[in-house]
Amino acid sequence: MSDNAVASTGEQAGTRPAEDDVLAELTAPVPEVGDGGPEMVQLLTPEGQRVENAEYDEYVKDLTDEDLRGFYRDLVLIRRVDAEATALQRQGELGIWASLLGQEAAQVGSGRAMRPQDYAFPTYREHGVAWCRGVDPLNLLGLFRGVNHGGWDPNEKNFHLYTIVIGAQTLHATGYAMGIQRDGDVGTGDADRDAAVIAYFGDGASAQGDVNEAFVYAAVNNAPVVFFCQNNQWAISEPNERQTRIPLYQRARGFGFPGVRVDGNDVLAVYAVAKQALDAARSGQGPTFVEAYTYRMGAHTTSDDPTKYRVSAEVEVWKHRDPIERLKSYLVHTAKADQEFFDAVDTEADELAAHVREGCLSMPDPTPDSMFDHIYVEEHPVVEAERREFAEYHAGFATERGH
Amino acid sequence: MGTMTIAKGINNGLRAAMERDPKVVLMGEDIGKLGGVFRVTDGLQKDFGEDRVIDTPLAEAGIVGTAIGMALRGYRPVVEIQFDGFIYPAFDHIVSQVAKMRARSLGKIKLPMVIRIPVGGGIGAVEHHSESNEAYFAHTAGLKVVCCSNAEDAYWMIQQAIESDDPVLFYEPKRRYWDKGEVDESAAPRELLRANVLREGTDATLVAYGPMVKTCMQAAEAAAAEGKNLEVIDLRTLSPLDLDTVAASVEKTGRTIVVHEASTFLGMGAEIAAALQQRCFYHLEAPVLRVGGYNLPYPPSKLEEEFLPDLDRVLDAVDRSLAF
Repeated sequence: MSDNAVASTGEQAGTRPAEDDVLAELTAPVPEVGDGGPEMVQLLTPEGQRVENAEYDEYVKDLTDEDLRGFYRDLVLIRRVDAEATALQRQGELGIWASLLGQEAAQVGSGRAMRPQDYAFPTYREHGVAWCRGVDPLNLLGLFRGVNHGGWDPNEKNFHLYTIVIGAQTLHATGYAMGIQRDGDVGTGDADRDAAVIAYFGDGASAQGDVNEAFVYAAVNNAPVVFFCQNNQWAISEPNERQTRIPLYQRARGFGFPGVRVDGNDVLAVYAVAKQALDAARSGQGPTFVEAYTYRMGAHTTSDDPTKYRVSAEVEVWKHRDPIERLKSYLVHTAKADQEFFDAVDTEADELAAHVREGCLSMPDPTPDSMFDHIYVEEHPVVEAERREFAEYHAGFATERGH
Repeated sequence: MGTMTIAKGINNGLRAAMERDPKVVLMGEDIGKLGGVFRVTDGLQKDFGEDRVIDTPLAEAGIVGTAIGMALRGYRPVVEIQFDGFIYPAFDHIVSQVAKMRARSLGKIKLPMVIRIPVGGGIGAVEHHSESNEAYFAHTAGLKVVCCSNAEDAYWMIQQAIESDDPVLFYEPKRRYWDKGEVDESAAPRELLRANVLREGTDATLVAYGPMVKTCMQAAEAAAAEGKNLEVIDLRTLSPLDLDTVAASVEKTGRTIVVHEASTFLGMGAEIAAALQQRCFYHLEAPVLRVGGYNLPYPPSKLEEEFLPDLDRVLDAVDRSLAF
């Protein structure tokens, strides 16, 4: 999120795009937009048609209609939360927000494939995964509002704190998985005991040394970790070709574990692929790299201006691959959900948005001296001395006013 | 009670900690069969197994990054960085993750881990094997930084660092690894975060840590032969600093010389000098002086004797202080 000092441009006086630029944009050839290629796992077409898949059908065969409606509800609710957070930022209530718009299926599919004892290590955009883990969306806002740096208890829902340094969490996830191995919680066959870790990161992070080191550590330790890359095509302003010469999922082979590309806008396929990878990890087969091929429909963050580096025609292509519309279409034409259901979800989404808005507006500011809390577990003389100095300094003003 | 080297003191301390707590695991390059390039972990993998003494891939960010994950799972990793100059790939994890994780969670999680670093020069090594980078980490809130100088402290301090619920950087004076000393394994240890007055004196105070403690003790003996009575303090802890012990000494002697191998600019000596002039202004008979490495990249080893503080440079500073 290193762009947060960049003000959005284009609408300020004197920076309106020239007429020639607008014409050039309108007449430019539509860029070639990748479709994921023939090896990409897809169970629902963008039109919502179910595609059979000999390998992955098995992982969705036990899903009930209620489960599928649950996926739809997750997708809609988290998109609504995300939109509300974006609005709160626009109204000055959040300093910044990293929108997940377009990536809902990648997050819900993988989040719902986890078991309670599994552990997720997110970036700062995994609002949908947080939702699936049962984390109140309000918890996510503190960081973006500037009242804390996260602050939730990661062990409550096995959802680690957001990590802003790109890719660092993949090593933490791998180490956590090495701990699971040492606890003997892999390959016992006990469904309630065997655990896996899922490390989220993006296409940009795939270039980071940390991520590549995490692949090495996971591979040589056969650690129960799933590397879940949401390839949303853009690392702020840099497209995939600035990060890689080969499809990302193919990198896994060089590290010695399987790599799978899945349609990241197909919640069913993501669920299947993530479930296969998590099952493998829990049973002792080691890591898998999942590349969820998706698209960041919005800006990198609310401080970003994607019109400076990508054309709207590309966004239009991806609109037709929308994760929510495709599942809705499938639910409608297979009669697994009716209008009453969709209306109820919309109502629930509005209620959740209101909860997020009210919770954000009523979120207490931290007390000034709380910045001295929790730096160390054990009492620390420097921290305590400065805490006292800080209190005395402010008490001095109170005395002056008193006089 | 026994006589042992500093390296053996750490080895015995690690062994005691591992016997006491099954969650203590060691991680690092070549620490298993080889016992580390300095043999500090000698024999531990044989006795505790490969799951607890982990030979890691050769990637320092990975060592510290995965150790963070192990700590989050409830383990107490003790990481070995092979040489001081190889810690920088892990700098991001130490400064941005290890130091900040507790505050980020508002106190809901802790990261009890120890990062062991052989530190300093004087061994005739090639580049990157002789650095003193403690000030980078002492500058970072959220970390504790300690440095042992003798076998007894080595034995106890490593165990105390492991028992600490806060992350600790544990510096080991590599050129003194083979210095022997008495270790009483049944005595009560000194507090981890306390400096130790090794030699009482009245004329001036030498403040040092790690490899320079021995140099300062030798300087004090040489000065005594000339009738100068020097006090020597082994800091032991660099963050937090035990300024109470140092200030008490300075209030007695009025003169202080801080000695370390690290470059003086913005080093530990700079912080100590600043703190002492605030705390002991009216007791100071002379400016606090610093003797340290010059402000250069560590030179080729043929020049390191010129670069590093030695007995003569310490005594020269003592004379300048006393001349004030």
